[in-house]
Amino acid sequence: MRVLNLAATALTAVDDSNADGTSQNFFQWLFSSNGFHAPSIADLNPEPLLFGGTIFEFNRITFVRVVAAVVMIGIFWLATRRAKVVPGRGQGAIEMVLDFVRVQIVELIMGEERAKKYLAFLTTLFIAVAFFNATGVIPFLNIAGTSLIGLPIIMALWVYVMYLSEGVRKLGFGHFLKSNLFPPGVPWPIYFLLTPIEFLQVFVLRPGTLALRLAANMISGHLLLVLMFAATQYFLFEATGVLKGVGVISLAAGIAFTLFEIFVALLQAYVFTILSAVYINLSLEDEH
Amino acid sequence: MDTTTLAELTGNISTIGYGLAAIGPGIGLGILIGKTIEGMARQPEASGQLRATMFLGVAFVEVLALLGLVTGFIFA
Repeated sequence: MRVLNLAATALTAVDDSNADGTSQNFFQWLFSSNGFHAPSIADLNPEPLLFGGTIFEFNRITFVRVVAAVVMIGIFWLATRRAKVVPGRGQGAIEMVLDFVRVQIVELIMGEERAKKYLAFLTTLFIAVAFFNATGVIPFLNIAGTSLIGLPIIMALWVYVMYLSEGVRKLGFGHFLKSNLFPPGVPWPIYFLLTPIEFLQVFVLRPGTLALRLAANMISGHLLLVLMFAATQYFLFEATGVLKGVGVISLAAGIAFTLFEIFVALLQAYVFTILSAVYINLSLEDEH
Repeated sequence: MDTTTLAELTGNISTIGYGLAAIGPGIGLGILIGKTIEGMARQPEASGQLRATMFLGVAFVEVLALLGLVTGFIFA
C-alpha cells in the first residue's frame, strides 16, 4: 500500500523531481503523480504571496477575494451605467436578482413598509456573499473567498452592529433589553433559565453561527471537491486494472458535487440574508 | 503488541465524531423538510411562506452538523 502523503504540495513535487536530475515539461508534471494527496485543512492556509508574516498578508485566498470584488463591481457598473426604463438584457438579469431579494426575502420577512429602509443593506449582503461564494467553483480560482473565517466574521459583525443599533434606536436601551431578554408570557421563575439563554442567543450565538455556518459550508465544499478530483487523478493515472474504472465514478461524482456547490453557494447567500432580515426584524419587534 | 491486547486502534477519535454529529441534524432535516412538503401539499398557495420558513429552520439545524465538522478540525 502507498503511504498517504497528507502535507506535500504540488510545489514540492516539482522540486523533488528536479532534484533527481530528470527534466520534465509542464504536461509531464501535470499528469505525473507521486501518490494520493488527501485534502486537509492546511489547504486553506496557503503560501503568502506578499507581505508574509504581517497583518496585511496577501495570499491566494485574498487574491481571489480581490478578483471577486472587482468582478462584482464591474458587472454592476456595466449593467446599471445607463439604466433605462425598459431594461435591456443585462439590466433585466440584474433587476431579476434585485427583485428576488426584495420580494422573496426582505418583504416576506419584514413586510413592505419596514423593508424599504433595510433593502439596500440586505441586497448588498446577498450579492456580496453570492459572489464570494461563487469563486469556489470557478475554474483557476477554485476556492471560495468566504472559506476563511475572516470575511464571514466581518459580514456577521456588520449584521450584529446593525440589529443591535437599530433595536436600541427604535425601542431605547432598557426597553430593548427587556423585550429581548425577558420575553413576556412566562411565569417569573422561568426567567432564571430563560434570560441567560436569551442573552447568549442575542449577543453570542446569532453572529457566531452566522459567520460559522457560511465559512464551514464553504470549507467542507472545497474539501469535498478536492477529495473527488484528487481521487480521480490518482485512480486514472496510477491505479491499475479495474481501479481505473473507479476513477470514472469519482470524476462523475466530482462534477455532480460541483453542480451541488453552485447550489450551496446561492443557498448560503439566501440563508445569510434571510437570517439577517429575521434578526433585524426581531430586534425591532416590541413584543414577541 | 503484547499477548493480552486483542485489538488496537490508533489515531484520533474525532475522525468518527463528525459521523456521529451528522446523525441528529440528519433526522432533524428529514422531519423538517418532510413536514414542509406535507404543508405544501395541503396548502399549495402558502408554498412561498412555507419555503422561507423551512430554509430558516434548515439553517438552524444545519449549523449543528457544521459545528461537528469544525470541532473535528479543531481537536484533530
